[in-house]
Amino acid sequence: MSKITSQLTKHVAKLANIPISDQEAEQLADDFAETLVVVDQLQSLDVDDVEPTHQVTGLTNVLREDKVDEKKMFTQKEALANAPRQHNGYFVVDRLINKEKQA
Amino acid sequence: MKLNQLTLKTALDKLEKKEISLAEIYDDVYTAIQQQNDKLNVYLDLMDKETALAEAEQKKDLPLKGLPIAVKDNFCTKHLKTTASSKVLENFKPVHESTVTQRLQDSGAVIIGKTNLDAWAHGSSTETSAFGPTLNPRNPEHIPGGSSGGSAAAVAADMCLAAIGSETAGSVRGPAAWCGTIGLKPTYGRVSRFGVIAMASSTDSPGPMTKSVEDAAVMFEKMAGHDPYDGTSSKKKVPLLTKSLNKDIKDLKIGVIYLDIPGLEDVKKIYEEQIKVFTDLGAKVEMAQAMDPQYAIGVYTVVQRGEVSSNLARFDGIRYGNDRSNFGDEAKRRIMLGTYTLSKGYADKYYVLAQKVRSLFIKDFERLFKKYDVLLSPTMPGYAPKLGASNESPLFGELADKLQEASSVAGLPGISVPCYQDPQTNLHLGLGITGPMFREDLVIQVAHAYEQQTKWNNWLNK
Repeated sequence: MSKITSQLTKHVAKLANIPISDQEAEQLADDFAETLVVVDQLQSLDVDDVEPTHQVTGLTNVLREDKVDEKKMFTQKEALANAPRQHNGYFVVDRLINKEKQA
Repeated sequence: MKLNQLTLKTALDKLEKKEISLAEIYDDVYTAIQQQNDKLNVYLDLMDKETALAEAEQKKDLPLKGLPIAVKDNFCTKHLKTTASSKVLENFKPVHESTVTQRLQDSGAVIIGKTNLDAWAHGSSTETSAFGPTLNPRNPEHIPGGSSGGSAAAVAADMCLAAIGSETAGSVRGPAAWCGTIGLKPTYGRVSRFGVIAMASSTDSPGPMTKSVEDAAVMFEKMAGHDPYDGTSSKKKVPLLTKSLNKDIKDLKIGVIYLDIPGLEDVKKIYEEQIKVFTDLGAKVEMAQAMDPQYAIGVYTVVQRGEVSSNLARFDGIRYGNDRSNFGDEAKRRIMLGTYTLSKGYADKYYVLAQKVRSLFIKDFERLFKKYDVLLSPTMPGYAPKLGASNESPLFGELADKLQEASSVAGLPGISVPCYQDPQTNLHLGLGITGPMFREDLVIQVAHAYEQQTKWNNWLNK
């Protein structure tokens, strides 16, 4: 197994969009390694002819009528009720491209 | 006896006969809350007594008659904040109601408060809550277990008549065992997950935490059943569990598993003693060999972290809540490990392998249930440890829940009932009863027979 480094945990933090400090990156690398030791025990089992299970009750392709369910809808006011930043009935988001031009 | 100490069923019966009033019950419940909540840290948000009682009076003719229920703070409720015990959602007031809380309220329950949990239900201690740990009411130097530790404590401290928790692997049965209450984890898909803040979507199962097996049966009947808003909820007919109470367990075949795992040496004798009760009741009991639960830790860790990383990706702080810098250490650790094990090049090595071993566990249980009606095991590998225990390992929760993980990844129903109370520490042990898929009726039948035969349920002996 390749060694878990703080460079790796920093990269994963970026993928997961979670800001972490250098110190946290070090700690997380140690925690990853300790956890993966237990996970790696699975490799001793013979699973050659075994199918993976993703869903335990055997349901597949659960569909519903393509109809609007008004009980399940939010009004605009409800949808915005918990939004920390809003403008004229819209959610406000940070700029994603050309970030350096952001005011 | 104070009325907050009544079981749900006894309170329903006494209300029916007009021996007690809702006002008297609410007086005693709210007195217990005022006396204990600051110390035990059980409720994160609470209705005021007058509003709760007014709602209760309106519901007095419904099946649950306006009785006060506590709900884990990862179920969305419109009338109370829903934080998942995380800073990310510290001010979140949902605009929709979870199916479970809606059904309970429609059946006459008043959801008086929301209980503390491990943040995002990640853990088995309630110590990872952003709002401080909950203490174990049986002995406040010890943790209540988790993640539904607040709900277990609310029941154990009589700060409600019954509570709701959610289990992904041990989060209902574990704290129930450590707080000396009943905890029923239904079959995956039996109870709707709609409006429950998702942890691991392929195993999350809401369940009742109560003062008696009968109460668990009553609550289950009000919660369970197909929900069009949860595509994974089952359309199978829901059994009336209250009809399975008082059926004898003569000639049932019971297999005992997990008694020989490392770490259980100190309490093994107690379990051996308690298992004799089932023989006395006429069941055919024998030791059975199950797949090593050590492997379940690896399966659960990978499956759970993977699903967590996906489920918690939605918390962006744009539509609701605070931004992602507000995640606590445990959530960060889990999101990131999940992100890693699902990333390109590692998904086969970790995630697909874990899902294959999950199939092995399912096959192993199928083999066991050909031979046995139910399986018995310790719920937890020992007593509730002291506060601070969860800092000892990044896998504290997984190790504590070791005996529940295999049945959880397989989706099976199970219950924990109190089976011992240590006279020195006042702490309980729980006995786990696991049944085949969708056989909550068998689990309840066996649990009830045991409970009636023994003295470990504190409420039935008051």
